[in-house]
Amino acid sequence: MKFRTLAWFVGPSVFMMLLFIAFPLASVFLQSFQITQPVVETVEVETCTPGFLGQTCVTETKTTPILDENGTPQTTTEWVGLLSYARVLQLDQVGAAIASGTLGSILAIDFWKALRFTLTFTLVTLPLVIGLGLAIALAVNNAARSIRGQIIFVSLLPFIITPVIGALSIRWLFYGDGIVTALLEDMLATDISVAANGWAIELLMMFYRVWHVAPFAFVIFYAGLQTVNQDTLESAIIDGASRFERLRYVVVPHLMPLIIFVALIHLMDAYRAFEEVVGFSSQAHRITLQWLTYDLLEPDDAGNRAISRASASAMLTMIGIVILLIPLLRRTWRDHKGSAH
Amino acid sequence: MKLKTLLMAGAVSLLATAGAQADCAFENDVTVKSLSAGFEAWKAVTDAMAECGNVEAELDQEFRTKQPAAFAANPSLYHIGGVSNGTVTPLLNEGTIRPLDDLIAAHGQNLAPNQLIKIDGQTMAVAMMVNTQHLMYRQDIFDDLGLEVPTTWDGVLETAAAIKEAGVVDYPLGATMKSGWNLAQDFNNMFLGFGGQFTGPDSMPMVNSEAGMKALDMMMRMTEYMDPEYLVSDSTYVQQQFQQGKIAMANLWASRAAAMDDEGESQVVGKVNAAAAPLAMEGGAPATTLWWDGIVIAKNIPDEEAEAAFRVAMEGLDTEMVTANNDEAIWLISGYQPNRLAEGAIATASADPAPQSYPSTSQMGLMHTALGNELPAFFTGERDATATLEAIEEAYITAAKEAGLIE
Repeated sequence: MKFRTLAWFVGPSVFMMLLFIAFPLASVFLQSFQITQPVVETVEVETCTPGFLGQTCVTETKTTPILDENGTPQTTTEWVGLLSYARVLQLDQVGAAIASGTLGSILAIDFWKALRFTLTFTLVTLPLVIGLGLAIALAVNNAARSIRGQIIFVSLLPFIITPVIGALSIRWLFYGDGIVTALLEDMLATDISVAANGWAIELLMMFYRVWHVAPFAFVIFYAGLQTVNQDTLESAIIDGASRFERLRYVVVPHLMPLIIFVALIHLMDAYRAFEEVVGFSSQAHRITLQWLTYDLLEPDDAGNRAISRASASAMLTMIGIVILLIPLLRRTWRDHKGSAH
Repeated sequence: MKLKTLLMAGAVSLLATAGAQADCAFENDVTVKSLSAGFEAWKAVTDAMAECGNVEAELDQEFRTKQPAAFAANPSLYHIGGVSNGTVTPLLNEGTIRPLDDLIAAHGQNLAPNQLIKIDGQTMAVAMMVNTQHLMYRQDIFDDLGLEVPTTWDGVLETAAAIKEAGVVDYPLGATMKSGWNLAQDFNNMFLGFGGQFTGPDSMPMVNSEAGMKALDMMMRMTEYMDPEYLVSDSTYVQQQFQQGKIAMANLWASRAAAMDDEGESQVVGKVNAAAAPLAMEGGAPATTLWWDGIVIAKNIPDEEAEAAFRVAMEGLDTEMVTANNDEAIWLISGYQPNRLAEGAIATASADPAPQSYPSTSQMGLMHTALGNELPAFFTGERDATATLEAIEEAYITAAKEAGLIE
């Protein structure tokens, strides 16, 4: 293809990627090293607010931003180096915890608490998603042709449901007097409070993620299964390979590139877990890195938002994803290089 | 809070009416847009405003994140803003709302003096209702067991023990202790009830104090009588626990009281009464905060539009609207007839010493967030009381440094 034609084809896409991915990323990167603050002054203000019948007036000192001639608050922007990163990581607290020998208290610090959960969440759900996806794909592949369509449709349902709604429906099954909880309470004759236990919420969050993502893995693997070399399979049968051996030595190696692809996508998605925290209201017990960024960015009633710390937290999340992906990317690269020869 | 927020963000409701209708005193020919929260009282007020024609009312629980930026635009994206004493802060700080004194002189004859929110003598907002958290209780259970309505939190705990003993409900006590904003607000109530002060004159935090310890201790003692899932329990959750007869008492928002007598939802119609918020300590104020909801008018709009917007707003806040929606809120507007369920809120607001208004300061916004994020660790047992209060102060200081409030 001529370079000119190529440029016309990819131009719009490159432009969009620059506009919506590269520039915001660069801006977040810069903001994580800056702090923008309003210029404030302290003034005595008398405020009168209603009681039911009369009014209460109080005089208090308030900090208010100074407005410039256009009526917008004056701000100053400073380069602060890694200060925002230090504030997110709270390394001094980590140091103190190590020095005092109470390693457990590190996990009470927001970032580390979020990192611990996010990593566990990602790494535990990964094999489950791949395993379950593969199992469904094999089951469908071996099912009678007449019912295959229906099975595929039903298996895909969890993937189609909007994430927050999916999380909510599982929450409603278990929280309070949810159907499942009520059933368990009847069977075991005890009082169960799912949402009062961090580990129970953690399990539910993982269960939800596997339930939601396994259909994606299934679709990919099912497509891959259609291209397995039938001759190889038949010769394996003639050689006396059992069902498991055929899976282990013929099917899985054939699907390996797809398994790596699903693993890559899942690692990226799961590390950015967010819907689970919202859907299960798990903030008291479990938070994720993405939720931490969101929480910093969310303005409070007074309109304050911690943009610098949120930027730092977002950059740290990105670095985390890259580190997680390195082994898989290295493998793909090696395979790619190998096949070139 | 966050969950509701997300869901409601999707469910922004737009109400627009075409021509003017008969119930408005004048025909409005200027397009007036308003942005407010989405609860029943706002629905009543914006519906009444819409009768004047050319009113586009947006009711959105996410309003607090939109409002500061929308009002800072020039021209402002909305004419009328619905605010409370918590959410008016950024608009005041950034100077995006206008003083209303001239408009009140021209069109606000029907306003009562206590509706005017004055900042340094200038009226910046017009309040329409007050809201507070107060004690709601099951009168029938109290009658059956011969219990007195408690006036202190120690009394609440004794009463709760008696109700637990009798075993008439699942849990004697409910509380809005969902981690985040709600839990922080329950702490605020108790902390102020014990005479605490959030920040000092130099904006430094003061929650790691005797009042802070007492508030945490009292809240922990309350949890013994509560549903163990209290860290996901927001106002709607507590309201439903009441409606389904699962709890006997709760310090709940006055704006939720009307739901107790809603025959479509409630199994306890007529059985719930309201009393003043209990005292945390003898001689103190009720352990709660006072809130108001009201309207502001944007600064960055032409004067004619501001006048039209104010006239429309006055139509929304008139006696006719209150008569039609009497039980939806504790209205400050003339014509309001307090019902049985309003007694508690009125007793709370007129207590002596009276509870504080929720402070509209930047510091309070940061403190509220720090409390909401750090308190849950105390209730899950990850941290003890001292470590929790230290963590709150540290989180506040970090945020306040970043916001430029302390050096």
